[in-house]
Amino acid sequence: MRKFILAFLLLILIIPSLSLGEIREYKLSNGLKVLMVEDHKAPLAVFQIWYRVGSRNESSGKTGMSHLLEHMAFKGTPKYGSKALSKMVQRLGGTDNAFTTKDYTVYFQRLPSNRIELSVELESDRMHALLLEEKETLAERSVVIEERRLRYEDDPQGMLYEEVIATSFRVHPYRTPIIGWMSDLEGIERQDLYDYYKSYYSPDNAVVIISGDINPDEMFKKVSEGFSSKIMPEPPRRKTNISKEPSQKGERIVYLKRQAELPFVLTVYHTPSFPDEDAYSLEVLAGVLSGGKSSRLYKSLIYEKKLALSASASYDGLNKDPYLFFIEAVALPGRDIEEVKQALFKEIEEIKANPPSDFEVQKAKNQIESSFIMGQDSIFFQAQLIGMFEMLGDWRLMDKYLDGIKKVTPEDLQRVAKKYLHEDNRTTGILLPEGK
Amino acid sequence: MKQAKKILFLSICIFLILNSSSFALNIKKRVLPNGLTILQVERHNLPIVMFTLLIKASLLDEPSDKAGLSNLTSGLLTAGTKKRTASMISEEIDFIGASLYANTGSDYTTVSLSVLKKDIEKGFELLSDVLLNPIFSEEEIQREKELIEGSLRQSEEEPSFIAEKAFKKELYTEHPYGRLVQGSPETLKGIQRQDIVRFHSDYFVPNNAILSVTGDLTDEELDSLVKRFLGDWQKGDVSEKMHALPKPSGRKVLKIDKDLTQANIIVGGPGVKRDNPDYYILSVMNYILGGGGFSSRLMQSIRDEMGLAYDIHSFFTPGKEPGAFQVVVQTKNESANKVISEIIKEIKRIRQEKVTPAEIEDARAFLTGSFAGRIDTLRKISDFLALVEFYGLGMDYIDKYPLYINRVTQENILSAARKYLDPENLTIVVVAEQSKADIKH
Repeated sequence: MRKFILAFLLLILIIPSLSLGEIREYKLSNGLKVLMVEDHKAPLAVFQIWYRVGSRNESSGKTGMSHLLEHMAFKGTPKYGSKALSKMVQRLGGTDNAFTTKDYTVYFQRLPSNRIELSVELESDRMHALLLEEKETLAERSVVIEERRLRYEDDPQGMLYEEVIATSFRVHPYRTPIIGWMSDLEGIERQDLYDYYKSYYSPDNAVVIISGDINPDEMFKKVSEGFSSKIMPEPPRRKTNISKEPSQKGERIVYLKRQAELPFVLTVYHTPSFPDEDAYSLEVLAGVLSGGKSSRLYKSLIYEKKLALSASASYDGLNKDPYLFFIEAVALPGRDIEEVKQALFKEIEEIKANPPSDFEVQKAKNQIESSFIMGQDSIFFQAQLIGMFEMLGDWRLMDKYLDGIKKVTPEDLQRVAKKYLHEDNRTTGILLPEGK
Repeated sequence: MKQAKKILFLSICIFLILNSSSFALNIKKRVLPNGLTILQVERHNLPIVMFTLLIKASLLDEPSDKAGLSNLTSGLLTAGTKKRTASMISEEIDFIGASLYANTGSDYTTVSLSVLKKDIEKGFELLSDVLLNPIFSEEEIQREKELIEGSLRQSEEEPSFIAEKAFKKELYTEHPYGRLVQGSPETLKGIQRQDIVRFHSDYFVPNNAILSVTGDLTDEELDSLVKRFLGDWQKGDVSEKMHALPKPSGRKVLKIDKDLTQANIIVGGPGVKRDNPDYYILSVMNYILGGGGFSSRLMQSIRDEMGLAYDIHSFFTPGKEPGAFQVVVQTKNESANKVISEIIKEIKRIRQEKVTPAEIEDARAFLTGSFAGRIDTLRKISDFLALVEFYGLGMDYIDKYPLYINRVTQENILSAARKYLDPENLTIVVVAEQSKADIKH
């Protein structure tokens, strides 16, 4: 629907503490990697295909291509007409969808397990035979423009996110929104999409992940038959030149004036991404600041000071390149947003001045562990977790992540807070509501 | 006394074990002497347990000048008990990585606990404490009211919220479904501590509740927890209120002006109760009209062919009392008229001509085939069972559902469309920059 843009990735589902069921790894000679995990609790299976392409790979003036291509991937091939794929899946009682992130694009189906081979047929066809017709491209461009209006133009908080991220990054492509800038969307042509598709959609740039009620060896045979026959007409012509973001040397501040109800403050700090050694401490720090009603931000800003309607922190660390640590709050009616902002900063300073207690750190680790165990109840989550780590290089990094979290100490939290959460490294945006 | 209770408990327990061939849900049902209905599905593949405690209390049970009372009451459950402050409750829950929260909807309230097996005693004891012993302190009431008022204010930023609020008000007028679950700043002011205490003692009683449990817990373990932590929960007298619905009186068009690039549109009318036997016919009809994602007529025409919207969908909200039918869509201001005309055209078409055999076949296949996906996690099963019991769908509902859907015919759909979709009595809400939308309907 091509519906979801995971702009801010699912932050909680990051850390394994119990291993998933056994993960089986296969590889085809054309470079396609296939990962599978069995879970027979229900007669269902999930099929996901991950392409290593996202807004990170886009060039200036052509932002939003990855996501528009994801939409167009539902518009048919010579074999299956527009939306025929989705209809076939629905007819079997299945559901299908896709999402695009900064780093990758994922298509998925959930089907009764005895029909999951349909995914092989659909996705192998989608990989090489998309029509990307001119007329359809224009119509779908309009659909995405409506999506952009919905998520950003008419959503003041969404708009502030966009402003703050674009301000915090000057040169790295993470500065652009995944959905693309409005003027770029209006200018993307069929040929642009076609070239992009041919560059990035190939077996050696994709990973298939299947979870649920499956027999991996039998399933692999089907995947192998389906995808091996797809010969690439020409070698993929991928070239992504990515500018490295220089380190920030002073605070940046943006204001956004929009018709809105409540003021909103969002601060971001540049941070490294996993597998940097500091990633574990940043994840646990986000938990101490914002994991539940007993966390520091909730207790201080919402419960005690009654300044904010909501307040949270999150670390977005599973990215190919360094990204951001977020803190944000919405002011309660009648409260001064500057005061809210200062209260947020005060909590950060507090961590720098005194390491949190062992109890707090243990609590954050327990929450991370528990959300991982509970998440495993979903076969979709199992597949997604494998995919997220595989996109960073290897699904086995999951275990490294777990070990890293376990080793975090209160002093580590203090250290990373000092190292990254300082004034010169931050960008703050404030939404100032205006009446009509 | 304890012993007597135990024997009574054991003798009155009714076990209904149902094997559903397709998904093998082994549901155990029992009713305790105090009237509490318990539903359980055991699963030992993960060390987790999910609880859904459904209380039959909602906005249907509150006076109009105290709108928001049920939601305020449930929100305050975790804000302090006889032995724990609000902070102690959140510290304990967070430390074991569990979640415990209450939520009030238009028909019922749920208290949900998700907990690791190793922390089950602590988790269930907390659930019982917030359920049975909340103290509703003045300080916490004020704090909660301020947060609810703040979030109501925040919601006014969302065009979809403004549209939905106006639609309900117009459609239901004085019926409780016409109000927000959160109430309004005015009605919240009128709610006193004694109202909350009384609401809690009147409605939070075992014979007005359903406890649904799934996961890594045997029935013996569950019985032991229930006896120890809910053993003193006393029966009460509860009466159900019914409410009158307004008669439809012609097409109504509401225009709300806001600085937006997109018009947020709702086209709809009255719906049905959940126990209406035509519910299944309407499910199939709605799938074809606007419920079926890319297979639906509305999506096909308005998104796929015209490129006028990112999302358009229709749905019924069947409740204890008749809910609504709505088509919801966002499109740029300038396209609003065109999209509304197209929606009305499709509503008229499904009342005039039979749906095709292929459409009905696809709808049936999806609705029956996707059922397993509606109960594919422990949390979903737990919530699902509570609702099956609440709406009286029967413990054999999973088996019956395909039969209900597969017997729907083209003729059924045509007559249901004529009976329930009324183009002359539509309520249309448009939140947009009105000078650009220039609504002609």
